[in-house]
Amino acid sequence: MDFDFIKQYTPLYVEAALLTLNITVKGVLLSILLGLICSLVRYFKIPVLNRITVIYIELSRNTPLLIQLFFLYFGLPKLGIMLSSEACAIIGLVFLGGSYMAEAFRSGLDSISDIQKESGLSIGLTNLQVFRYIILPQAISVSIPAFSANVIFLFKETSVFSAVALADLMFVAKDLIGLYYKTDEALLMLVTAYCIILLPISAVFRIIERKLRYAGFGN
Amino acid sequence: MESTEKILEIKHLKKEFDNTPVLNDISLDIHKGEVVVVLGPSGCGKSTLLRCINGLEGIQEGEILLNGDLISNQKKSMHLVRQHIGMVFQSYDLFPHMTVLDNILLGPKKAQKRKKEEAAAEAEELLKRIGLYEKKKAYPRQLSGGQKQRVAIVRALCMHPKVMLFDEVTAALDPEMVREVLDVMLELAREGSTMVIVTHEMQFARAIADRIIFLDEGNIVEESGPEEFFTNPKTERAKQFLNIFDFDSVHHGSNK
Repeated sequence: MDFDFIKQYTPLYVEAALLTLNITVKGVLLSILLGLICSLVRYFKIPVLNRITVIYIELSRNTPLLIQLFFLYFGLPKLGIMLSSEACAIIGLVFLGGSYMAEAFRSGLDSISDIQKESGLSIGLTNLQVFRYIILPQAISVSIPAFSANVIFLFKETSVFSAVALADLMFVAKDLIGLYYKTDEALLMLVTAYCIILLPISAVFRIIERKLRYAGFGN
Repeated sequence: MESTEKILEIKHLKKEFDNTPVLNDISLDIHKGEVVVVLGPSGCGKSTLLRCINGLEGIQEGEILLNGDLISNQKKSMHLVRQHIGMVFQSYDLFPHMTVLDNILLGPKKAQKRKKEEAAAEAEELLKRIGLYEKKKAYPRQLSGGQKQRVAIVRALCMHPKVMLFDEVTAALDPEMVREVLDVMLELAREGSTMVIVTHEMQFARAIADRIIFLDEGNIVEESGPEEFFTNPKTERAKQFLNIFDFDSVHHGSNK
């Protein structure tokens, strides 16, 4: 194990990690937004949009991110649409993440019984108020485990971004291996980088889950 | 306590689910301060009647008036109407993610736009009366079934409804907890609340009702005062229904 090598190239990993984090944060936030919109469309069964959403979710969940990225990066330019690597990465992540988030929210929404809605209506709330104050808070606390799994999953999926020439963690590792043949060191640093970022995220979600679920579940 | 002012008028109500009639031509007036108990076998349409009154179900024919205003099938303004109609359900339907106090205050704050302090003061007063003031910061899961149901009653009361609907509110409770819920309802009746109660507690119905409505297969079969209904029912169907509650003795042996 060449520790000097590790020391020398750590800054490169830090830089790549920051880039990866940057894209993940943007991608995840937009995925949440898209997921929430899709789950609302499905929950309220808004005509036409409901159908489109179902098609989108199935298409997005059943194709690999790598292929989606290739489509964006190599396919779209043939139609005259040029996107930067970063734009491709974020769009790809949101396209994939949106459907996963939508399904996570939907499982939460579906778990809230009709009687909760009716009790809300019977104290004179409007449909929208019932959703805002009664259904959504409960649905989110039910969805949290699936939701946090998605965030971690999306972060890990960023490892395919190297395929569209984005200098993320995986890209740096492959680069170093190609240049210096220091496979062990480069991969060790790669795994370490993912763990350093993801373990705290996992822990934070566990805390959030406990807080959010305290009211309803008491654990 | 009865007066002639009509709170609720139901005229020729017809309700069907997928062409299966559930309520046929129901006409019923409920006066201010009156306690009406609706009895009948399972599936006779008792609960559906309550759900039609507060608009959780639309109706096919007829009309429902509250204080003379048409309220049936008014999709747009139904949330305003429901502020005047309190409803308590069979299952403990408190909002599990809110404390007892927040459960009670949600309607007054969000639907009626009342000031928090004023509504909270009233809610705390009501909680004291049902002996649950100490639980105001508890979550529903920390309460017993009976306590939850009492809070649900307070939640409806805090909206100052013109009429309260009770849909088998003790049916899902342990026998020991039934009493505490019924006591709260008796207290309300004494104070002159207008109430429509669907229940299977016959002794309670007899004690609280000003009038008994007996429903069967979607029709009002009999309508009379509680004493008359329980001691001398007019119709064969009601006799049959009440007989179900007299069990033949199955004691073996002689003196035990």
